[in-house]
Amino acid sequence: MGALLNQRFLTLVVLAAVIAVLPLLFPSSYYFRVASLVWVAALAAIGLNILMGQAGQVSLGHAAFFGIGAYAVAIGPTHLGIPSWAALLIGAVLSAVLAYLVGRPILRLKGHYLAIATLGLGVLVALVISTESGWTGGPDGMPVERLTLFGWRVSGSYTWYWVTGALLLIGTWIALNLDETPTGRAFRALHDSEVAAQVVGVDVARFKLQAFVIAAVYASLAGSALAFMNGFINPDQAGFLHSVELVTIVVLGGLGSVVGSIVGAAVLITLPQALTVFHEYEHLLLGLIIIVSMIFMRNGIVPSLSALLLRRARS
Amino acid sequence: MAEFLQFLISGLTVGAVYALVALGFTLIYNASGVVNFAQGEFVMLGGMVTVFASAAGAPLPLAALIAIVAAVIIGLLLHRLAIEPARGASAVTLIIITIGASILLRGLAAIVFDKQFHKLPAFTGETPIDILGAAVQPQSFWVLGGTAVVVVALYAFLEHTILGKAVLATAANRLAARLVGINTTTIMALAFGGSAAIGAVAGILVTPITLTNYDVGTLLALKGFAAAMLGGMGNPLGAVVGGLLLGLLEAFGAGYLSSTYKDAFAFLVILFVLFAAPQGLFGRRVVERV
Repeated sequence: MGALLNQRFLTLVVLAAVIAVLPLLFPSSYYFRVASLVWVAALAAIGLNILMGQAGQVSLGHAAFFGIGAYAVAIGPTHLGIPSWAALLIGAVLSAVLAYLVGRPILRLKGHYLAIATLGLGVLVALVISTESGWTGGPDGMPVERLTLFGWRVSGSYTWYWVTGALLLIGTWIALNLDETPTGRAFRALHDSEVAAQVVGVDVARFKLQAFVIAAVYASLAGSALAFMNGFINPDQAGFLHSVELVTIVVLGGLGSVVGSIVGAAVLITLPQALTVFHEYEHLLLGLIIIVSMIFMRNGIVPSLSALLLRRARS
Repeated sequence: MAEFLQFLISGLTVGAVYALVALGFTLIYNASGVVNFAQGEFVMLGGMVTVFASAAGAPLPLAALIAIVAAVIIGLLLHRLAIEPARGASAVTLIIITIGASILLRGLAAIVFDKQFHKLPAFTGETPIDILGAAVQPQSFWVLGGTAVVVVALYAFLEHTILGKAVLATAANRLAARLVGINTTTIMALAFGGSAAIGAVAGILVTPITLTNYDVGTLLALKGFAAAMLGGMGNPLGAVVGGLLLGLLEAFGAGYLSSTYKDAFAFLVILFVLFAAPQGLFGRRVVERV
């Protein structure tokens, strides 16, 4: 137990150190921006990983909650006069409520049926967002008022680097701790075998729902952060392809690995930026890299690499 | 009545394309357990290769044949280079691999061809045919007829040839199929090739109506997957019915309720169907073994 506590603590310290040291290596504000995008994507992925990696349920519509968080902070201040910080909380609550209401019937489904149901939910939310243009600006998107906290106007890529970095640290801390709570253990039990979990007294339906709600809130907060950071939001953030991107981050990094989600986000966000030098070959290479890494590291980057290191250390 | 008929026929036409995509999904899923998200790219390839082959001077039937062969080769390569090496990986890992493949194929199409929208001439003229007041494009009949031919041919193949029965046996139980001497790797390759051909046919048939570009596959894969789930994953008949139903839902929803929310009706109905029947309309009820 002590070792585990240390390992968790160590993970946090290393992450904090990385966030603190990285700016020393950044030559321009563009790098701060890309890094902030990584932190935001990682935050959403860590939440989704609680649902997918820990509780073993798939969601192919998770960008819906990302979109709800993003549009909450866009619509709240613009149309309803709600302060930005309150809109962020309202977005998170809305996401949680939607996940709770829809989760109950949806999470009874298994495997591919669950995948298509969550996909349907995602499509519906994205469709509402891009159609109700009076509220959301439609397919063109809408501007987002800057976040103001106690008179401090949060703006600029440097500031947002630190804000999103701090958010990621908190999100990581919660996810790491959750893994060691009775709830986290219940998640893993129903991941391994729902029937076995039920037999030993785990309320399967309730814990699945909990994981879904937690994942939704993570995505919503990440969405809000991105909207504030960009000062602009469009329906793509809630769309199917963004859902797929989030799932890819989780699986590429490693199902069930919190660090994996951060690494996955770093790879999948920075890779397209790096590949732009290849111009038209960008998508070709991105697809190729995804295929090759999933073939050779089928458990995800972080679990595969750490297994490799362990084997090296033993021999 | 004319209006109703109009929606009915346009719904069936779109539904036929969804049905073909769903059929491709089902074929691969049954043989290998893989949900192939690159299925829509086969449709895209069918349309795009035909467009460029006929622009290069090939007559339409030859261009269509070239497109089908090209799609089959890509399908076989997908199986050989991406799916086969990852044998034994978890379902979600395999899904990510096919998503990677779909990104790759889209990128490839954007380079080899271009990013413009392209149109094929309708096979037999563009003059609408009047049926009880509804104006129907002749190409709709090509789509419906082509789909019927594919479905019947597939049915005949699966039920009346040894190879087809081997496919069914593999779908029923891969290990048992291997025990009775079926080379399941060949069957899987066959499924990928066949499914690519079906996708390409769908692309060729529908391009005169809907246009095509390198990017059309994503939405089609999504709809095809939805159709397959609506019918019950793994059931070829369910895939066809699911596809037609999805097309009809969209057409009637767009016609009578709201065209901006046409995709919403389809997915709302899917959600409600799954709430009521968690295995789809024709899916086998799975009894969990402990």
